[in-house]
Parts: sequence; C-alpha cells; structure tokens
Amino acid sequence: MRFSMLPSVFVQMFKKPWTNKFPAKYAPSNTTQFLKDVGEGKAEIIPPIPPEKGFRGKIKYDKEKCIGCQLCIKYCPCEAIEFKPKDKKIKIYLSRCCFCSQCNDVCPTNCLTMGEEFLLADADPYSKDLIVE
Amino acid sequence: MSEEAITKTSYHIPVGPIHPALKEPVYFEFELSGEKIIDVNVKLGHVHRGVEWASRKRNPIQVLYLAERICGICSYCHPAAFTLAVENACDIEVPERADYLRVVQAELERICSHILWAGVAAHEIGFDTVLYFTWQIREKALDLTEFLTGNRVTKGIMTIGGIRRDITPDMLPRIKRDMQFFKDNFEKLRHIFLDDKTVKMRSQNAGILTKDDAIKLCAVGPTTRASGVKKDVRTGESYFAYGDLDVKCITPKDLTGTVNGDVYDRIIQRLLEVKQSIELIEQCIDEMPAGDIVSEPKIPKLMNQIKKIEGEGVGRHEAPRGEVIHYVKFDGKSENPYTWKVRAPTYNNILPWIPMLKGEQIADIPIVAASTDPCMSCTNRVAIVKDSKRYELTKEQLHKLSVEKTRRLMK
Repeated sequence: MRFSMLPSVFVQMFKKPWTNKFPAKYAPSNTTQFLKDVGEGKAEIIPPIPPEKGFRGKIKYDKEKCIGCQLCIKYCPCEAIEFKPKDKKIKIYLSRCCFCSQCNDVCPTNCLTMGEEFLLADADPYSKDLIVE
Repeated sequence: MSEEAITKTSYHIPVGPIHPALKEPVYFEFELSGEKIIDVNVKLGHVHRGVEWASRKRNPIQVLYLAERICGICSYCHPAAFTLAVENACDIEVPERADYLRVVQAELERICSHILWAGVAAHEIGFDTVLYFTWQIREKALDLTEFLTGNRVTKGIMTIGGIRRDITPDMLPRIKRDMQFFKDNFEKLRHIFLDDKTVKMRSQNAGILTKDDAIKLCAVGPTTRASGVKKDVRTGESYFAYGDLDVKCITPKDLTGTVNGDVYDRIIQRLLEVKQSIELIEQCIDEMPAGDIVSEPKIPKLMNQIKKIEGEGVGRHEAPRGEVIHYVKFDGKSENPYTWKVRAPTYNNILPWIPMLKGEQIADIPIVAASTDPCMSCTNRVAIVKDSKRYELTKEQLHKLSVEKTRRLMK
C-alpha cells in the first residue's frame, strides 16, 4: 500500500491539538509585564496539567520532627543538603536537588516528604523559593 | 582523458568526532567513489566523562543516580546492571515480587526506546507522518512511566536489594488500559512499517550484516538478532524474573521465514520485540507474587553490610539496544566501589557499521547508521574534501539527500 498514513493525516485535521498552551496561548512579548498583569487580575494563566499521584516535586521539610542525624546528607547523590551545626537542622538547596527522594527513604523520623510543586525556575540559584529550611 | 582520471579517484568524508547527542562520540572516515562507499574507518575514544572515577567518591546508593545519568533513554538499564553487579558481589537476595516489578520497568523502557527508534528511522527516510504517530504512542508510554515511577525520564526506581515503588491493585486498571492502547496502535504501526512501499524500498537490501559478521564483530541486541544470531541475555542468563516468564529469543525468521540481516529485518526485529514486551508486562502483572519489594529497607544497615565485602561482581542486563555489562569491585575498607566499569551496548554495535555501510550510497548513511539505534545527531558534522576543496555537509543537508532518494525511488 502506498499511502498508509493518509487516513490518519486527514483525521488529524479535524482534531484539537494535544498541546496544553501553558502559561498563555501565545508567548507574551514581555514576561515580567505578563506576570504583573496576572497579579493584578488583567490576564489569566492557563493552568499546567496536574502531575500524577506520587510525582516527586519540591521537598517539604518538617523542622520540628528533624533530629539532626545527617543520614540524608550522607545519601544525597548530588550534595544538595547542608547541615547547620548550631541548631542541628538541615538546609536543602533545590537548585542542586535531583528530586530522587532518596532522603525521604533514609529519614528515620519521616520529616521529609515530596510535594507536588514543580514550577521552580528562577534566575537566582540562592533565591528564597529554592532553599528549604 | 583527464576527466576520467578524476572520476576514478576516491575521496574522503570525515564524520565526527564531536556529536553532543551521541552516547559515544566516534570519528568516521568514509572513502567514496562517486556516491558509493568503498571503505569506512571508525575511531573510538574521543570522550571520557570520568563517570567511573566519580563513582569512587560515592556510596553505591549515590552511584545508582550517577549510573542513571549515563544515558537518557536507557535510564533504567544502567542502574539495573549496576545493582545486579553489586548484588552479585555482596550475595544479596532479592524478594520475588521485586524481581517481577523490575521486569515490568525493563520492558516498559524497551517499548519506549523501540517506538522512539521507529519514529527516528521513519524520519531518516523522510516519512515524517510516522514520526508523529510513533511519538503519540510514546507519549502514552512516558505517561505510564510517570504513573509508575514518579518521573518521565530519570526514573529513580532501582535500589540495591529490590525496587523502590510497588504496583498496588488500584493501579492495575490503568496499566491494563494502556497495554490495550499499545496493542491496538502496535497493529497500526506494524501495518505501516511492514506493508508500506516507502519503507520497503528504502530498507530492503540496505545495510546488510551477515550472520558471520555479526558473530565475528560481537554485535549485540536487536542488531545481531536481526542477522539471525540468537543472542539475548534474557534467555541466556536467568536474572530478574525472566526465568519464570515465557520469554524466547525472537528473530525476523518468526515472521518472514527468512533472515537477510538488512535494515528491513532490523525494523521487523524491533517491532516484534515491542509486541513481546507488551506480552511480558501483561504476564508479569497476572503472575506477580505477593510479598516484600526490598530485602533490606534500612539503607544504613545495607551499607554496613556492603562495607565488609571484599570482592567483585558482574551485572548483565538486556537493554533495548543490547547487552549492557557493569563490573564492580569492593576493597572491604569502604562502601564506595574500588572500581566500576561500564560497557554500553552501542560500543559493540559501532564496528558492524563497517560491513553494513560498505557498498552503500551517501544517502543511505542516515538510515543504515540509525538502524543500529545509536543516538543519531552524529551526522551533524560531515565535511567533504573533494579536489582539495573542503565543504561541510550538515545533518539537514544529509537528511535532504535521504529524502530526495526516497522521492527518486517513488517515481
């Protein structure tokens, strides 16, 4: 058969595209202005597709439960966790984190859990959003 | 008769050595007479990332994530082979349920990789509608991977002595639904690849690798099986749960009755393997025993056990591209590996390119080279030296040549 893909191509012409147009239908010419407009309620963000259950997003840290055993530091594959000797707590740099959730597995008190948040792009690797403590 | 003298002189095309997307950057030198390839020379060893050295400063749990980053598409195979090597060295028993879950992940990755390859191969011969069709199926496979492991590409599912995530009964309907989707679309894909004239005329009798050459050059995976050599780690060695499952070494002979060892056979081989993988996943889901998924859930305890080990281990796993081998040695002083050696399957499938490419045309380089499933952006750096004038042949131009040949044959 010569044109075996042709029927699929014609069907495709009448289908809606699969792409979710996040964050806006067309790329805004000025991103900061667009975000400002969103903040003021002038523009709207098309929401991203929600992640599956069990997705590994931004780490959540329960400071009260932490006993300062440093096991997470020993098993972190990318050295993203720092120990604060004064108050015996940890500090996680998400710009280095590879979101493997290995620290969650080794933690004896289960003070670390994976969240659902994944929009973590930032120009500054040491910004407040990218440090969990 | 000076003109005749020029046509008789062969000229050289160097390809390589730097190709960012190729796992092992290689350097090719093609000797050409007109359009025909007379000789190919391959030089290896242009990149050294120091991954193996980096492992000596990390404990085996950290090395798992380092191994995952050796390859993007085989991000399950490398940790799997590493885990097998460590388990071999330390005599760690793996629970039966974990073995079945490992097979599910391995076969899902094979489906992903082979379908991606089918799309790339179609793109190389200028059949782009198939590329979009295959990537539509692959998207579903990646969604299922995310559902099972929590991530699309770097899965982080493997751990020493078991697996990190279980398949619970509430996940089964979704897996069964997706498997049905793969089955339905697989029939469509098989029809396109095996019955379409465009694919047939470009792939039949192109890039032939004979059975003798395949054995002599130690080709692995679908490349060697398409030449009729029954070499498959899944049947040759009992690891994971493959010993309990109904897995047999398939060759194109099962479908067509003959083995030619050409590009068309390699297409058939990969499509048959996709079907086999779907069946294996279904079988695993049905026969999976209950029980633990990790032999030792406390990682510090496991590390203390590994720390005392003095010895070496080898892990072999059938990756989508062929056999991957990891070798690990522990010195008994620290839990970090003393040595770690990785042999990826593409390494073995480089040399078979020489007999495949000899006698072919320049326009056949993309499809023949892609048929062994390397990461193909290597054609990006082709420079033709003709009459001591040098000009570059970019990937786009080479692709255009390939598309033009398809059009020419259609007339």
